[in-house]
Amino acid sequence: MANPSSIYDEMNSADGTVRSHYAGYKKWLAETPPERIAQKRAEADLVFHRVGITFAVYGEESGKERLIPFDIVPRIIPAQEWKQLAAGLRQRVKALNMFLNDVYHDQEIIKAGHMPAEQILSNSQYRPEMQGVDVPGGIYAHIAGVDVVRAGAGEFYVLEDNLRVPSGVSYMLEDRRMMMRLFPELFSRYRVAPVEHYPDMLLTNLRAVAPAGVIDPTVVVLTPGAYNSAYFEHAFLAQQMGVELVEGQDLFVRDEHLYMRTTQGPQRVDVIYRRIDDDFLDPLAFRPDSMLGVPGLLQVYRDGHVTLANAIGTGVADDKSIYPYVPDMIRFYLGEEPLLNNVPTFMCRKPDDLAYVLSHLDELVVKETHGAGGYGMLIGPRATKEEIERFRQLIIDTPERYIAQPTLALSACPTFVDAGIAPRHIDLRPFVLSGKDINMVPGGLTRVALREGSLVVNSSQGGGTKDTWILEI
Amino acid sequence: MLSRTADHLYWMARYIERAENVARMLDVNYRMSMVPQAEGGIDAGWGATLSITGLEDAFRSKHSAATMEAVLEFMVFDGTNSCSIMSCLRMARENAHAVRGTITSEMWETTNDTWLKMRDYPRWKLAGSEIGEFFEWVKFRSHLSRGVTLGTMLRDEAFHFIRLGTFLERADATARFIDVKYHMLVDGAAPPDTAADYYQWSALLRSVSAFEVYRKVYRDLITPVKVAELLILNDQMPRSLRTSMVEVFENLNALSNYRSSETERRAGELQASLKFGRIEDVFARGLHEYLTQFIVRVIDLGNRVSEDFLVPMSSS
Repeated sequence: MANPSSIYDEMNSADGTVRSHYAGYKKWLAETPPERIAQKRAEADLVFHRVGITFAVYGEESGKERLIPFDIVPRIIPAQEWKQLAAGLRQRVKALNMFLNDVYHDQEIIKAGHMPAEQILSNSQYRPEMQGVDVPGGIYAHIAGVDVVRAGAGEFYVLEDNLRVPSGVSYMLEDRRMMMRLFPELFSRYRVAPVEHYPDMLLTNLRAVAPAGVIDPTVVVLTPGAYNSAYFEHAFLAQQMGVELVEGQDLFVRDEHLYMRTTQGPQRVDVIYRRIDDDFLDPLAFRPDSMLGVPGLLQVYRDGHVTLANAIGTGVADDKSIYPYVPDMIRFYLGEEPLLNNVPTFMCRKPDDLAYVLSHLDELVVKETHGAGGYGMLIGPRATKEEIERFRQLIIDTPERYIAQPTLALSACPTFVDAGIAPRHIDLRPFVLSGKDINMVPGGLTRVALREGSLVVNSSQGGGTKDTWILEI
Repeated sequence: MLSRTADHLYWMARYIERAENVARMLDVNYRMSMVPQAEGGIDAGWGATLSITGLEDAFRSKHSAATMEAVLEFMVFDGTNSCSIMSCLRMARENAHAVRGTITSEMWETTNDTWLKMRDYPRWKLAGSEIGEFFEWVKFRSHLSRGVTLGTMLRDEAFHFIRLGTFLERADATARFIDVKYHMLVDGAAPPDTAADYYQWSALLRSVSAFEVYRKVYRDLITPVKVAELLILNDQMPRSLRTSMVEVFENLNALSNYRSSETERRAGELQASLKFGRIEDVFARGLHEYLTQFIVRVIDLGNRVSEDFLVPMSSS
């Protein structure tokens, strides 16, 4: 574990002076009476509750909804730093889409010897059904939520590329709306790049990848339903884009096309922004017990009569066992050096790496290759002896299921906690949209680990969110 | 619009209206229970509220006698009773939740907030004198919900399905209100001769917010025939059968699709019979029989609306 004094603080530099882009905020904070701050924090809670911006937690009493804690100290990123970050994100997502297109077509990267074939073809996220299928524009990951952390000044690492159904963008938008509501005066002190146009950008992107020949495509958002943990976001995005929010039961296949049942009869659907995992999309092709999908959807998709965003089979590019190869993908497909760092990763399936990992479990973060949401991971420096021994056995039993990484000294940002304001670790999830071009709104969702010293920012594990400010100058 | 979305909107509106009508019904009984009555009269009144809703059997399986406390517990808080105010507001909220992208944020917030407050409503408040305040609260949440609908919703399909749900539910409820009161009273055209009868009539009027309306329209003593005329045939009284059916008919017309013509015809026929009907004929036929027939026709319309618009259409 990094020594606390070496942790990069987003607001204050090591010598105790405030970083220039936070100077205005810190001054405002000093001038503002604590009662006003307390009152505004209470107001934020109240509004989030009334608006129903909640999420369901799996494993808790069914239907129970919790608020994601919202912190009023913004995470501020200077324009120059964002410019570099954005360029790195574009480069990375572009290469990942090229990789997916390659995997499901000619597999040049395997032929060129950059990746072992079994690493891809025997990965459970690889979908043989997609082999040889052409998708519009060769785009697979239309929406990518790339998790980025900072270790030092200008030093960003990608933790994972979420290319399946990344969520959280509604919190990015609601956090901004909340900050503008609570503290309008801050927005006259700072020129904060707007993010509110995200739904428009998303709709434009989705329409751009409609099946060839469709002039005025009908776009829908496909949700598993009101009990899904991210349902709020599904409904929010559908409403903001002005498109229907559908469930599997609203859709059906007829004459090789997809339709939705409406009060005026069947209506053709051209593009589905789906928020359902691959396994549940089509009970005829994947899990037969799924009630969430649409029987026959895969065939319509393979015939090119409907576009799915994201495409089926993107998991093969964001799997943790594939992650170590992303820098090679960038070099291979783009002929460029990666702009963003990858975290050095030990692959337990390799004997040398396995040996190293087993002898350094107390220093490493161990993750399941298919895990998500902060479940099933070991944080060595914070784990008990029992936890370490339990993981040791798991890794020995199925080494291919695990990777390990050194614990990074994640940057911290001042955050309101019970005892006042204290630094807490943060990450950043920018949302990168690929269609005709690659687009993103400046910023993303900043998540914060509210427990002291914790590195886990996931909302399911007690993480909160902050508004993210990209400064225009 | 998605058939499922329409279904949620329609039921959201019906449940809000139903919660309001249950509150009105309980409120009027509560008021009546304070008026001196013959032995057993009070409990008979509470029993009658159960018969309106057709819930006597479900009630009897849980409670031995229809006392005020038992009926209130059953009709207000009992989550297993699908007609309790608790259940109605929960269902309204769940339906709204499923279509929160289609309704305005004000509508969602209103419905969600109503449910949150209902869920946490302190039960002890219903034991004391604050019970009237609770019924007022339910009514005002319903007023608020309707006001937010009128004040914020685009006049599109979604709006018409909401209004259709509201007025079909109201037509049904008002008809049952009149029926149960007439059941308890001697029928006839004579003015009520006892103070208790007078209170029964005025309570019925109050239960549909029509007491002042009656005075304004008739400037006369309260007679059963005129009360019935006001609540059935009057075209200006917002909770009358006629007003409700005019709204049902007009919203159906706005929603018309390729298979709904028979439903529209039946709604039009029912609406016309109220427009051109005479109260003398209603009484000649028998008020109870007339109302029973009316309720059957309203239920038929509800089923047909589900068939034509809401139930997923066959994909073949």
